[in-house]
Amino acid sequence: MAAHPLRGRTAIVGIGSAGCGEAHGRSATELMAEASLAAIADAGLKLSDIDGICAATSTHAFPTLTVAEYLGIKPHFFDGTNVGGSSFEMHVLQAALALDAGLCNAVLICYGSNQRTAGGKLVSMSEPQWHESAYEPRHPITGYALATSRHMHEFGTTREQLADIAVAARAWANLNPAAFARGPLTRADVLAARMVSDPLTTRDCCLVTDGGGACVMVRADRARDLAKKPVYFLGTGGAHSHRSITQMADLTTTVAVESGQRAFAMAGLKQSDVDLLMLYDAFTITTLLFLEDLGFCPKGEGGRFVADGAIAPGGKLAVNTSGGGLSCVHPGMYGMFLIIEAVTQLRGAAGERQLKQCDVALCHGNGGTLSSQVTALFGSAATL
Amino acid sequence: MGQERTTSAAGELGPEARFKAYLADGRFMLQRSRSTGKFTFYPRVAIPGTGETDLEWVAASCRGTVYAITVNRGRDSSYNIAIVQLAEGPRLMSRIEGVETAAIGTAVKARIATLKGEPALVFDVEKAGA
Repeated sequence: MAAHPLRGRTAIVGIGSAGCGEAHGRSATELMAEASLAAIADAGLKLSDIDGICAATSTHAFPTLTVAEYLGIKPHFFDGTNVGGSSFEMHVLQAALALDAGLCNAVLICYGSNQRTAGGKLVSMSEPQWHESAYEPRHPITGYALATSRHMHEFGTTREQLADIAVAARAWANLNPAAFARGPLTRADVLAARMVSDPLTTRDCCLVTDGGGACVMVRADRARDLAKKPVYFLGTGGAHSHRSITQMADLTTTVAVESGQRAFAMAGLKQSDVDLLMLYDAFTITTLLFLEDLGFCPKGEGGRFVADGAIAPGGKLAVNTSGGGLSCVHPGMYGMFLIIEAVTQLRGAAGERQLKQCDVALCHGNGGTLSSQVTALFGSAATL
Repeated sequence: MGQERTTSAAGELGPEARFKAYLADGRFMLQRSRSTGKFTFYPRVAIPGTGETDLEWVAASCRGTVYAITVNRGRDSSYNIAIVQLAEGPRLMSRIEGVETAAIGTAVKARIATLKGEPALVFDVEKAGA
């Protein structure tokens, strides 16, 4: 099969983050700007080199305008696609397209949120659905809890198996000094935690943190001359299935099936080529669904697949090595941080949690209530 | 002609308002395509995916089963939220009244209650043999 023309044509050359965890006294815009400056510096570029911006947040109606004004960038290309937490994986594709078409030369993709210190709750601009609101669903957990109930019903998935996903994430976080939630966590702790929305307890739910994140993309020819080892864009695919969880065709299968197939096809890769999976873990069920839907285990087998440390350090598959949204960082739209960890691992700069072999990383972003799915594959120079 | 077809008659309610008006009148009505017999919910201007606009309102059977369910645990109160699969095919969000929760697959029957001051569909567990 001929390689897709976008494969390997662009690369991430800089990453940055700011205020991950608690950032008292900092605004969302300030965190986004600090992360952006850190990513630009990491790439060895100047602010004036940036001529493309992609951004999405939960608090800015026009995030590319905010970033452009705040940092004094006059972008030739801008994209504010907002598909929730999966926005940044889609921005990677938009940036790859724009760079390859010569519309711009250096794209900043960025995000910032101060939801934890500003209010302590998930901040969302998601509008209520008129046919749901009488029943007072709690956004977004109700949708994920409903999907979990269905998966347990159809496949016999257990709360213990789901708990093992949270335990694995914590074990990785314990190897990551930057993770927000560290310390021991057992299956029993997860099961005994306060029930929020049956069958999900507080420990099945992601963190509520602050944090800014950013990365910079350029064309591959320029990437080779910059400061850090380039992380090449290999393929991305996205898919939409619904806005309201009531309209999801099958609550046990997401359109990650489609986004994954498209991303693998563009990258010319298969599941066994992947060294690292960064799967959007807003809730324990999402890790499980994406392992199934992206083809790493058969539908319905996710619970048995993740049990007993299979995705923890030393397990059979490296998943969410930062500690994920469950234990590292989750400022509301976590997708940016999937990319930051993938780049860190592909550079070989992940310290104690560094994988021995890491040439291909898969980032899978999720948005809404299992609504938007975007899969992005990145690789080291060895994959070109 | 095309323009006339796409212009709503003056004062005609859109599907959302029409559905709510029926509920206020004590009726649970569903949209169905005259040509294909397909149902859709929530109410909209066309059948999604295939686009039929020849929609008529028909009385719902009010029969359904629990497709998925959760109990939202609040500090002060807890309540269930379910997705009900209607006998006609479409699914909707609702509440199963009178029980903390219900098993997936439980047969349920719709009625119109008042939630937050507005008429809304809720479901009761069907009694065996009913």
